[in-house]
Amino acid sequence: MIALSDYLILGAILFGLSVAGIFLNRKNVIILLMAIELMLLAVNMNFIAFSYFLGDIAGQVFVFFILTVAAAEAAIGLAILVVLFRNRQTINVDDLDTMKG
Amino acid sequence: MGFERFVFYVFAVILVYAAARVITVRNPVHAVLHLVLAFFTCAGLWLLLEAEFLAITLVLVYVGAVMVLFLFVVMMLDINVSPLREGFVKYLPMGFVVALLIFAEMFMVLGVKNFGAQAVAIPERHGADYSNTREIGNVLYTDYVYPFEIASVILLVAIIAAIALTMRRRPDTRSQDPVAQVAVRREDRVRLVKMKTEEKSG
Repeated sequence: MIALSDYLILGAILFGLSVAGIFLNRKNVIILLMAIELMLLAVNMNFIAFSYFLGDIAGQVFVFFILTVAAAEAAIGLAILVVLFRNRQTINVDDLDTMKG
Repeated sequence: MGFERFVFYVFAVILVYAAARVITVRNPVHAVLHLVLAFFTCAGLWLLLEAEFLAITLVLVYVGAVMVLFLFVVMMLDINVSPLREGFVKYLPMGFVVALLIFAEMFMVLGVKNFGAQAVAIPERHGADYSNTREIGNVLYTDYVYPFEIASVILLVAIIAAIALTMRRRPDTRSQDPVAQVAVRREDRVRLVKMKTEEKSG
């Protein structure tokens, strides 16, 4: 049978991969957004694994809310991306230095 | 090795492969498609954890709506990928080291010693009459009803924000103006001209 640690380690691998993705694709906003989605997926995996193994349904309710917020975040992020591309003709993070941050 | 364990490892390998492809592949469209694969396999893993409602939600909402939105945007934008790939090799060791560190730290906390089969008992499978959707609904509409309402408001905000961000007025498009149409008077449209009647010819 599958133990709780198997799911948690799988979630950790997924989280590590998405962090590496943020490092590798630090110029491409689309891939950055996708890495964030992967990260949320890893967190959701941990929530559901704990929910199942501890017999508490609250973890699944939290995943439900995370999915809601992630969908809203993706929609607004992509809308910002479209506006950005329309105004600047680029999505390269290095070119987005108007605010001198 | 039982069948369940076999299924788990197959899904886990596909999931890790798809996630690795998402962050390394050159074409953003391929990255989105690999992310879809990752979501599908994750839904399979959630089914193993008896989270049927969330597994179906993941496929419907995430693959059906969010990833299709991603695909739309990626295909709509005309992106030159090569400048975006600069520094990929340069940051490769750094990213690898950080990811490995994060994984090592999480492994030490979440490993077999603390959360293995001996530490956390594997629960019994529920019977065929168990409904995961009913269980979630029972707490979602009682204990978590206010967060549920707030979540719906967040979605509304997201809808309005996305539309307001991307809407633009284009002066060259032709469209109807109902207010002007309703407010029009007879004098604006009909012009009476006084003129003499013409003579009968011939």
